[in-house]
Amino acid sequence: MISSKTTFWGYRRENGRVGVRNHVIILPLDDLSNAACEAVANNIKGTLAIPHPYGRLQFGADLDLHFRTLIGTGSNPNVAAVVVIGIEEEWTKRIVEAIAKTGKPVTGFGIELHGDHDTILRASKVAKEYVQWASELKRVERPINELWVSCKCGESDTTSGCGSNPTVGNAFDKLEPLGVTLCFGETTEITGGEHLVAARCATPAVREKFMFMFNRYQEVVERHKTSDLMDSQPTKGNIAGGLTTIEEKALGNIQKIGKKCNVIGVIDKAEVPPGPGLWFMDSSSAAAEMVTLLAASGYVVHLFPTGQGNVIGNPILPVIKLSANPRTVRTMSEHIDHDCSGLLQRQKNLDETGDELLEIMLRTCNGRLTSAEALGHREFVLTRLYESA
Amino acid sequence: MIHFVLHDPHDSVAVVVVEGVKAGQDLTGWIMDEDRTITLKARQDIPIGHKLALKDIKNGETIIKYGHDIGLATADIKAGSHAHVHNIKTKRW
Repeated sequence: MISSKTTFWGYRRENGRVGVRNHVIILPLDDLSNAACEAVANNIKGTLAIPHPYGRLQFGADLDLHFRTLIGTGSNPNVAAVVVIGIEEEWTKRIVEAIAKTGKPVTGFGIELHGDHDTILRASKVAKEYVQWASELKRVERPINELWVSCKCGESDTTSGCGSNPTVGNAFDKLEPLGVTLCFGETTEITGGEHLVAARCATPAVREKFMFMFNRYQEVVERHKTSDLMDSQPTKGNIAGGLTTIEEKALGNIQKIGKKCNVIGVIDKAEVPPGPGLWFMDSSSAAAEMVTLLAASGYVVHLFPTGQGNVIGNPILPVIKLSANPRTVRTMSEHIDHDCSGLLQRQKNLDETGDELLEIMLRTCNGRLTSAEALGHREFVLTRLYESA
Repeated sequence: MIHFVLHDPHDSVAVVVVEGVKAGQDLTGWIMDEDRTITLKARQDIPIGHKLALKDIKNGETIIKYGHDIGLATADIKAGSHAHVHNIKTKRW
């Protein structure tokens, strides 16, 4: 059982935030810079390139989100140091200067006027310095209230709502009073249960902001749908797993915020929450998109309940999978970090599976690799708001 | 052995949590919120994770799960039958 005296071993960064991983990342500003980043990561062992397909001719809020996500990724306390490579120097500098505000080592390189070869050579030299420096950093014991924990579920089925989601909810109910910074989201997937989330909002102002974001997302769906959301919400995988309607999926989904947690505030995609408590992030419900946004908001460990067996990971955010579906636990065991199927056979109660999840979470924070990390799942998916110019 | 679970005693459907439930099988269900069990005979084979009706449900009737409205019946559903997209839909679309 955790208490305010519970501690974990993490890396204390220059800005006071505490990470549970010690990555040196090679971060491309844009699609054109992926090749150079991957070459640097190949040259310098122990570094990690994070390729992605975007960053050109975006504008307005979509461009802001692109920058916010990349800057947030580099600023995440699970990252010790960053090499940024972009096709040109101006935008590259924007990313570098923002990450530098955390105090961590960061250097940027523009490819134009140099070419890939010269860029890779110079960036590799810096990356080598960074990775050797980072390899000497030591974990220190920190109080649990310095932990940031996020959740989002995937490939949900009916066992998610009965077992794995309430297990996360039980853990959140225990973490929130200790001053841990928490997050959930998936704006469209609470459709049919939005009144229940609204009722949990801490103040009328938070409730108003939540409903504004919820209704805004409904309008997006309304504007772009061809028939209705029947084909995508619930997903084909959800339906195969026994989920029938979006309301049923939503009510199961909301179990993740437990029975007691209040929603302290609402944040935009990849926005850094200003204090502890449970935050709602206005986000897509696509697993890799949302987990990428949560990492960019600064969360350092993620709880991921699954029913049918979503296999997602993230380059910098350890994703802990739990499932209450005995068939999934049997057929996809290499992906599951916490088997809570005993709950549905009445062999365990929620308090027990919640405690077990917290224990595996703390072990993960202390350095144990998740299944997704061991299997090399590094899905990094940037959210786009609309088409490029 | 628990064959199906429901959250709220007022729910009209419950979730099968074991593989291989067959028509005619006597099933034990667990009401999670009250921590007590009930029994029901399966009328059809029901895959793990899928729902069964806990009572006779009329076409057009609201389906209750978690104590909340999750949609409506699009056909009559007998107690113990498979309840899913072929006989339940959202009221939203």
